[in-house]
Amino acid sequence: MSRIGIDVGGTHTDAVLIDGSRVLGAVKTGTTADVLSGVRTALSKLLDQTGCERSAISAVVIGTTHFTNAVIERRALEKVGALRIGLPASASVPPFSAWPSDLVAEVRGQAHMVAGGHEYDGRPIVDLDRVAIRDAARRMADAGLQSVAITSVFSPLTNAFEKEAEEIIAAEMPGASITLSHQLGRIGLLERENVAVLNASLQQLARKTVAAFGEAMRESGIEAPFFLTQNDGTIMPATMAMRYPVWCFASGPTNSMRGAAFLSGLEDAVVVDVGGTTSDIGYLTSGFPREANSAVDIGGVRTLFRMPDLLSIALGGGTEISTDGARIGPKSVGFRLVEKGLVFGGDTLTSTDIACAAGRIDLGDRSLVKHLAPELVARTLERMGNMIAEGVDRMKTEAGDVKLLAVGGGSFLIPDHVEGCAEVIRVEHHAVANAVGAAIAQASGEVDQIFSNLSREQAIHTAREDAEGRALAAGAAPGSLKVVDMEDMPLSYLPGDARRVRIRVVGEIAA
Amino acid sequence: MRQIEQDELESLATGASILGSGGGGAPYIFQINLQNLYADGVRVKLMDPSDLADDDLVAVVTMMGSPLVGQERLADAEIGAKALRAMEDFLGRRFSAVMTMEVGGGNAFQPLLVGAVTGLPVVDADAMGRAFPEAQMNSFAIADLPMSPLSIADIRDNEIVVTRAASWKWLERLSRKVCAELGSVAATCKAPRTGAEVKAYAIPNTTSQAIALGQEVRRARAAHEDPVAAALVAAKGKLLFRGKVADVQRQATEGFLRGTTRVEGIGDDRGAVFDVAFQNEFAVGWRDGKIVVTTPDLICLLDTESGEAIGTESLRYGQRVSVVALPASPVLRTPKGIAHVGPRAFGHDTDYITVFEEQGQ
Repeated sequence: MSRIGIDVGGTHTDAVLIDGSRVLGAVKTGTTADVLSGVRTALSKLLDQTGCERSAISAVVIGTTHFTNAVIERRALEKVGALRIGLPASASVPPFSAWPSDLVAEVRGQAHMVAGGHEYDGRPIVDLDRVAIRDAARRMADAGLQSVAITSVFSPLTNAFEKEAEEIIAAEMPGASITLSHQLGRIGLLERENVAVLNASLQQLARKTVAAFGEAMRESGIEAPFFLTQNDGTIMPATMAMRYPVWCFASGPTNSMRGAAFLSGLEDAVVVDVGGTTSDIGYLTSGFPREANSAVDIGGVRTLFRMPDLLSIALGGGTEISTDGARIGPKSVGFRLVEKGLVFGGDTLTSTDIACAAGRIDLGDRSLVKHLAPELVARTLERMGNMIAEGVDRMKTEAGDVKLLAVGGGSFLIPDHVEGCAEVIRVEHHAVANAVGAAIAQASGEVDQIFSNLSREQAIHTAREDAEGRALAAGAAPGSLKVVDMEDMPLSYLPGDARRVRIRVVGEIAA
Repeated sequence: MRQIEQDELESLATGASILGSGGGGAPYIFQINLQNLYADGVRVKLMDPSDLADDDLVAVVTMMGSPLVGQERLADAEIGAKALRAMEDFLGRRFSAVMTMEVGGGNAFQPLLVGAVTGLPVVDADAMGRAFPEAQMNSFAIADLPMSPLSIADIRDNEIVVTRAASWKWLERLSRKVCAELGSVAATCKAPRTGAEVKAYAIPNTTSQAIALGQEVRRARAAHEDPVAAALVAAKGKLLFRGKVADVQRQATEGFLRGTTRVEGIGDDRGAVFDVAFQNEFAVGWRDGKIVVTTPDLICLLDTESGEAIGTESLRYGQRVSVVALPASPVLRTPKGIAHVGPRAFGHDTDYITVFEEQGQ
C-alpha cells in the first residue's frame, strides 16, 4: 500500500510517495497563498513523476505550519469568548493576561469567569455556577461570537465541569465551536487556557484549510482518507484537525525528525535540520522527538502542551558572515540566497559561500568565491561546526556520544565530525525528510495525570492502560502499540505520595 | 516611602528567583497579577523599616503550599488580604504595614499583592534574605520571638487562627495539615510583629536589593553583556563553577523535594565536577568531593546565558549553568543562626563553610 506525505511549509510544499520503506518519488513546489493550488500542483507532479495509480494510495498525510504562521502573523484569526471556571480563585489573573496587545486586539471577544473548579484530589472547590455560565453564553451569542474556549481549574485531572459547561453553552449558542482546555493542555491554568483560546481562534481557518486539502485531493482523483500530523509526530483524521488545529503547531520540525529516523533506520539520535535561516536541533528517542517540559512561547503567548523540545540556533544556508569572518549571523538572507549569495552573483557573504569555497558543496559559480582567504574559510567553517556541536550538546539528555542525523537543504554546513557525536549520518531524500515524516506517521494516545495513594508501579501501569485505550481510539492497530515516552515525578507538598505520570503510546494505523 | 514602579515588577521577579536559591516557587503568576493591578492604576508603596514607629503593627504575609496547585489556582491579591483581616479581627487591632517572610521566589510578591488591595505600605525587609523550606528557618525564630498566632485563609469562606502552638515544629505540622485540607495552597498571616521587632530582627532592604539585582541582570541581558557577572556584582557574590548539568536525582519526602545534582565543568572548570544537594533550596556544594559552600550562604544555579535562576524542580540534564554563592545575611551567620539554618539543620553533618571569609565569622 502506498502513502503520500505532504509538508506545507512557509516557502515550500514538498510531497513524497512511499511504499513500505521505499521512497518512490519526491517533489518540491512553492507554497501558495491559498494553500490549495500549491498542494494540487505538488500532488499532480508527484503522481506524474511516479506513475502511481490513484487507487493504490491508501492514505494521504499532510503536515502544515499554516496555523502557527496565522498566530505569528496575526492573520485569519477569529474572536473568541473565553470562559474560565475557577471563582472564587484566580479572579485577579483573568483570561488574556500577559498577551501581546496586538494579538488581544485580534482574538479577545469576551472573557467570563464563573464559580467552580476542582482540587488536585478531585473534590470540587465550590459548586459549578450554571446560571452564570448560561448568562455568559447569552452575552457571547449576543455579541455574535462563534467560538468559545472553556477552562476549569484542574480539568486535566477532573474534566466534569468543562463538559457540563460545554453542554450549557452548546444549548445557548447552537453551531458555535467549543474548545475544552483539558483536551489540549497540561497542568498550568494560564498556559492551558492560552492553548485553548488559540485553538478556538483558529476554528474557521482550520475548517477552511482542511476543506481546501480535501478539495485538492478530490481534484487529483485520490479517494483515500487523509490525515494531518500533530506536534508529536503522530496523525489525526482531518475532521479532528478541524477541531484541534493547535496540535499541528510544531508538526513541521517534528516531521523532519521522524522522516530522518525513518530514512536512516535510527531510533535514537540527535537530528539537526538546517534550513535557510536557522538550524533546528531535536532529540529522537524511540523514533520520536523528545517533548518539551516547560512553557513554549507561541506568537508571544505562553503555552504548555504537547510540543517537541527544540533548540533553534541562528545558522542556516543563508546566514550572513562578516567579511573578516568575525561574525556569523544572526542575520540571514533566507530564501533570497539565490540573489544575494556571492556564488549566485550577489553581494553578501553567506555560510553557503564559505561551504562552496571549501568545496563542501558545488552551487552557483564557484569562481566568485575564489578570492576568499583559505584561512578565513577554514576558521569560519570550524566555528560553524562548533555552533552545531554546542547546540547538540545542549540538547543531550545523557552523557556519551550520539549519532547525528543531518537533514535539510543547508545540511552541508554540518561537518563530517562533530564533537560529542559518534558519527554524522546523511540520508538520501534529506531535503524532503519532513514530507517523509508525514507519510510514515502513526496514531498515538497520551496520559498526563497525578496519582495519589498508589505505588509507583501501579500508577505507571494505570497510566499506560489509559494511554493504550486512547491510542486505539485514535485509530491504532491493537498489537502494534508501544510506549515511546514515559516520565514520572514525585510531587512536593501533596499528601498521599502524589506522583505525576506522563506516558505516550503509539501504534500503526489500523488497516 | 517610595512607590514601586511598574517596570520594577519584572526586575523583582528576576531578582527574587535568584534569591530563591533554587526554591521559593516561581514568581511569574504573582507578577502577572500585580501587573494587572498596576494596569488598573493601583500602586504599591515601599517603606524603609527605619520609618516604622516602635508600636506599629506589621503583618507578615505569605502563600504556603504546593507550587503545582499554585499553577491552577492562580495567585490572588484578595485571598492574601483575607488572612490579614482574619488576624486583625482576632487581635482587635489594625496593621499599619505588611512584609514578607521570605524574599526568595514567589513570596517576594505576596505583601505587594496584599498591599495593593489594602493600601498598606510594604516594609522593605524580610526574615530570610532568601528562601528556606521550614517555618522556623527565619530571623524572628533565631531571635526567639513568639511564632503564634497564625492565621490561614483559603479561597472559600474558611479562616483558621492558630492561637498558640507548642513549638515551631508543631506550628509547621498544624499549618501543613490545615493547608492540605484547604487544597494544598493557602494564604497566611504569620505572627504579627511590632515596628520595634522588625527594626531589631528583620533583614532590612531585601525587596529593594532583589529589585536592584533583577535590574542589573535584565540590563546586562539587553546590552548583550554577561548577566551572571552582572548578578555577581549586584549581589556581591562569587562565581564557584561553570558547567552543564550532568545528573539530577530527586525524591519527595515529608513534603520536601530532596535530591542532588551534578554539574560537569566546562571552560576554565573543565575536568572538574560540582555537586549540589538540595531540600527545596540548594543547601551544600562540593567541588570534586570537597565541601566548599553550605547554607545559609545562598547557592544559586543560574542559566549561564540568560542569568535566569534555575529551580530545583526544573533542573535538567544539559542545562548550561553557573554555580554562584551569594553572602547570607549576618544574622543567619551567627552561631544561633547557624543552628537554625546551617547545614546540620538540613541533615548534613558538617560545619558552616563559606566562600566569604573576609566578611564573616
